Amino acid sequence: MTTTSAGTVIAPARARTTAASATVRRKQGLQHGGWFVAPFLVLFALFVVWPLLRGLWLSFTDANISGEGASFVGLGNYREALRDDLMWEALGHSAYFTLLAVPCITVLAFLLAMLAHHIERGKWLWRLCFFAPFLLPSTVAANLWQWLFNPGTGMINHVFGTDTPWLTDKTYAMLAVVVTTLWWTVGFSFLLYLAALQGIPGHLYEAATLDGANAWHRMAHITLPMLRNITGLVVALQILASLQVFDQAVVMQDFGPGPEGSTRTFVQYTLEEGFTGYRVGYASAVSIIFFLIIAAVALARMWLLRNREEGGR
Amino acid sequence: MSGAARIPAKPRRAWTPGQIVLTLLGAAVSVVFLSPLAWALFTSLKPETEAVEVPPRWLPEEWTGQAWSAIIENGNITDWFVNSLVVSVCVTTVVLVVAALAGYGFARTEFRGKGVLMGVVMAGLMVSPAVLGVPLFTTVQQMGMVDTYWGMILPQCAPAAMVYILYKFFQGVPRELEEAAFIDGAGRWRVFLTVVVPLARPSLAAVGIFTFIASWNNFLWPYMVTSNPDLMTMPNGIATVMNSYGIQWAQLMAGGLLAGLPLIVVFVFFQRQIVAGVAHTGLAGQ
Repeated sequence: MTTTSAGTVIAPARARTTAASATVRRKQGLQHGGWFVAPFLVLFALFVVWPLLRGLWLSFTDANISGEGASFVGLGNYREALRDDLMWEALGHSAYFTLLAVPCITVLAFLLAMLAHHIERGKWLWRLCFFAPFLLPSTVAANLWQWLFNPGTGMINHVFGTDTPWLTDKTYAMLAVVVTTLWWTVGFSFLLYLAALQGIPGHLYEAATLDGANAWHRMAHITLPMLRNITGLVVALQILASLQVFDQAVVMQDFGPGPEGSTRTFVQYTLEEGFTGYRVGYASAVSIIFFLIIAAVALARMWLLRNREEGGR
Repeated sequence: MSGAARIPAKPRRAWTPGQIVLTLLGAAVSVVFLSPLAWALFTSLKPETEAVEVPPRWLPEEWTGQAWSAIIENGNITDWFVNSLVVSVCVTTVVLVVAALAGYGFARTEFRGKGVLMGVVMAGLMVSPAVLGVPLFTTVQQMGMVDTYWGMILPQCAPAAMVYILYKFFQGVPRELEEAAFIDGAGRWRVFLTVVVPLARPSLAAVGIFTFIASWNNFLWPYMVTSNPDLMTMPNGIATVMNSYGIQWAQLMAGGLLAGLPLIVVFVFFQRQIVAGVAHTGLAGQ
């Protein structure tokens, strides 16, 4: 620190106290630093690290729900899981949902944010309109759309004059879940985009306008590049959340797996195995596989980000 | 701040053609967006027989508060409401305290093993009840916390994401502010409470509000950890119990709106802080 060296030149007495207080400060940092993070770490260890380790241990056993009399089975559960068609199917459903939902949510969130940002009057009203569905519990949103999609009494078929068996046909069941999710969750990403748009300095646009840039140019050369980071964040958060989809799918199908199991997601499958099938050991192995997939996605994102930072400029 | 860019001689712009088109577009989109909610509201004001009529009608023929009084009188809905409130308030309070302390600790203090611990916490971003539900359940079971408030609350209190958001924010607080207070003789804790926390108020507000929303709306964890209708939270009670004795749509919609209402009220009052908080935490500009 410069304070110490500058102090020595000017007044040795003061330098000594500054140096002393710097030591005190460092010591305080050392002592209290641990206390600052301790409460969180206790909770984190109990409810994140320990279950993870426990799950890892259980995944090598044939434990049932009571946790008694479990014996070690080595990689047996994993071997079984990799050959388990239902697991792969469930993983496929979660992936299919993610592939459909993430691009739709990102694009819609961006368009809604642009709209809300550029309308000059009643900003709070637009914000409230687009964000309101996110404030509903997932089960309420799911119940609501379950009913909207209901073939006979539902509004969707009525409004569009169609006769689609949304909830009972396997080609449409997951689409219905995607539409529900889109409506329910777009508000969160919308808010992130809106905050990002507000953070773009206005003088950039004014300078560009003076230079004769039209609206399209401003969009392509200022807005979109400035939003690149937030788009990366929105997509990453949405991918991680979408892979973990559960609530909407399960509620819209009355806690069942949907027509021909077409809305059984990965989370639902692990819970079925663990709580309905009482096979905690096997369910833990499936959970660990799922954890590894999520971790791989998250690490891939970090790796891509680092490469882009090194590559660009 | 973009205040410098704003031209003072423009108190309120006139309605330009562009603004008219945008506003109309916004109104149209909003109507589409809110129509499911309106549909829920109108349904809740119908008698049950009219609610299941084919073809459906938007407005009730006979307006009635039947469904609303029914769920309030003979359901467990008031219990669920109280449970939700207790759980969400506790979770939010604990998360705010522990995440603020940990975020600051990681950003501004030194201690042995900090790097490793930080790495472990970041890895925790990938673990959620959805990913490791079954082992988390058996852990909580082992602690004897199934079907208790503790079991519902504590596992929701270790969100690595919130620590990360606050850690990012605290990193950006100018060190000079703290140093000045240190030189005046204040200790770590004084500095944290009197200098750092007030600066972080918008970030803390955002973290608090998002934690509250997430906890109020959490379905999966309470669904796993309790099967006792007296202990259920709003989303769980409505989804699991209402469905079990034959769906009464008007009642279901009334209950759903009741479950969503508190947060909508919160948002109406705090929306400015929420947007500011999102911008302030650096979430948006990361």
